[in-house]
Amino acid sequence: MAERTVAVASRVGLHARPAMLFTQAVAATGVPVTIATAGGAPVDASSILFVMSLGIPHGAEVTLAADGPDADRALDELVGLLATDLDAPEADAGATS
Amino acid sequence: MTAATVGAPAGGVLHGVGVGRRSVVGPVAQVRPAPSVPADAPLLVDGRPAGPEQVHAAVETAFADVAAGLRVQADAATGTVRDVLAATAQMAADNALRTQVLARVDAGEPPVAALDAVVQMFAQMFEQAGGYLAERVTDLRSVRDRVVARTLGLPDPGVPALTRPSVVVARDLAPADTAALDLDNVLAIVTELGGPTGHTAIIAGQLGLPCVVRVAGATDLEDGVDVAVDAADGTVVVAPGDEVRAAVARRAEADRLLARETGPGATADGHAVALLANIGTAADAERVGAGPVEGVGLFRTEVIFLERTTAPTQDEQAEAYAQALRAMGDRKVVVRTLDAGADKPLAFASQPDEENPALGVRGYRLVRSNPALVETQLAALGAAQAATGSTPWVMAPMIATPAEARDFAGRARAAGVATVGVMVEIPAAALRAREILAEVDFVSIGTNDLAQYTMATDRLRGELADLLDVWQPAVLDLVAATARAGQDLGKPVGVCGESAGDALMALVLTGLGVTSLSMSPGALPAVRFALRHHTRERCEQMARAALAASSAPQARADALALAEAQVRETLGW
Repeated sequence: MAERTVAVASRVGLHARPAMLFTQAVAATGVPVTIATAGGAPVDASSILFVMSLGIPHGAEVTLAADGPDADRALDELVGLLATDLDAPEADAGATS
Repeated sequence: MTAATVGAPAGGVLHGVGVGRRSVVGPVAQVRPAPSVPADAPLLVDGRPAGPEQVHAAVETAFADVAAGLRVQADAATGTVRDVLAATAQMAADNALRTQVLARVDAGEPPVAALDAVVQMFAQMFEQAGGYLAERVTDLRSVRDRVVARTLGLPDPGVPALTRPSVVVARDLAPADTAALDLDNVLAIVTELGGPTGHTAIIAGQLGLPCVVRVAGATDLEDGVDVAVDAADGTVVVAPGDEVRAAVARRAEADRLLARETGPGATADGHAVALLANIGTAADAERVGAGPVEGVGLFRTEVIFLERTTAPTQDEQAEAYAQALRAMGDRKVVVRTLDAGADKPLAFASQPDEENPALGVRGYRLVRSNPALVETQLAALGAAQAATGSTPWVMAPMIATPAEARDFAGRARAAGVATVGVMVEIPAAALRAREILAEVDFVSIGTNDLAQYTMATDRLRGELADLLDVWQPAVLDLVAATARAGQDLGKPVGVCGESAGDALMALVLTGLGVTSLSMSPGALPAVRFALRHHTRERCEQMARAALAASSAPQARADALALAEAQVRETLGW
């Protein structure tokens, strides 16, 4: 089980559009990834319903976890995304590339 | 607005909260509710309960079909409807929702029970999170209903195919339902739930349909029975008699007559009051520009910014502004710079950690943290002005001090905009209107926010609607002070809040010395008509009466007592 903990950089937190960009990126990795807040239960990180309902504000730390040979690659990529301000001008291009 | 009361006897009157002022008579068309099937309803194939694999496939296909159908509807829609449909489609496509339902199905749970359990779990999580997410629960349940219907091979829930002009009645219209309405055959909308600021009311308002929400007993109305829907009174009369039908016909005839008058706004004795439209997009400008309107008094530019990850570029904005300016030709266009924050969050500008967002960094205050947003917008407006040869006015929202007004005026003039103003929405700005007007060319009063801040009442709290009333004498005092400052300095003072579209209030505002009224385009004919039938002197009397009143209802009643009988009759006051 690979794990990474990262603070959410998006200024609106992991809501609405940033949540959409993140969950799409999770799905695109093809790796089952979970996301958990500090002390919370891990949930499917590719689900916008789950991710939004966690209500993660700006600066909150989340833990991503995945298993398997591609886990490290996928998690590194996703951590990079969460550490980016998804509301910043270049975030759109960064998230989809 | 009156609170909903209970009671649904045939031949009786149902009460709710009206949106708009029109009335209409037509047959009820009930929106098909969620399929009412027991949670353990089996999926039948050739009359026999389907095997686990067939159930799995049916549920999976249903999710895919519903998501695809919603996406098609979203693509065909525009504006808010499109955004809401797209969000609903995303829920239908959600990985966790689908896999959890399928896992339960694979474990032998009946499909409806599995759907209910998983949807209920998410609905609870959303409701606990509150705010924006709580409002998404309706969308989530509409996904549930659609997937249940598809899985069991039942007709899709929602609006029936309308074969004649009808009054659409529903418990609550999901955005997806609203989008599916055959508008040519919708006379009015009546819902049992919802509020006057909910999406159903907003959409009905945009479409100019009479609408009454929070009508207890509405879903018990028989399909096909005639009802008279009166948005002005907030009533639904079941099987109306000849008298009610005649009254509705008279009102409709009056509406047609009102719409026929197209001249510029003026009192009976020729005192000009510019009647302007509020718009949100360049497309709105094109629609409005084709009609008899003297200009745009409020172009809410934030619509261009909403639902985006990044701010639109200067060129993108310049194109949108130029399009609006071209649509209005040489008529006046007042562009308001970005009014984001509080209840209008922007991904790239909002401060999510504010405890009191209405009192936080919103409107022009964004210039403190993100001056580039305002600078880019002003530069785009300057470019649009150069490209079209028009001379738009520009104003900033949420100005509290003369120093802020001066700061904005400096930036706007540097960008080449000649006529610069600010919004008066904060009591401090109204109290210091003279000093603020010394810095700018005009002001425009946003009565909704001014009432919110004067009465310390959140605009979104329905239960405090009585406090949030522009007829509150304290609010009128601030409007009067602002108008007086404008008269003394010879500078225009407009009103672009919802109160400008209330024809009775429009007379009072005119009497207070307001020089222009900007409103939703549908409100223009009634305001023009009311103004035409009252002298400036009478408007001033009404204003004095309202200011002297001890309460909001009294202020309205005292102003109304001075209104011309013919106008009262025609507008149904």
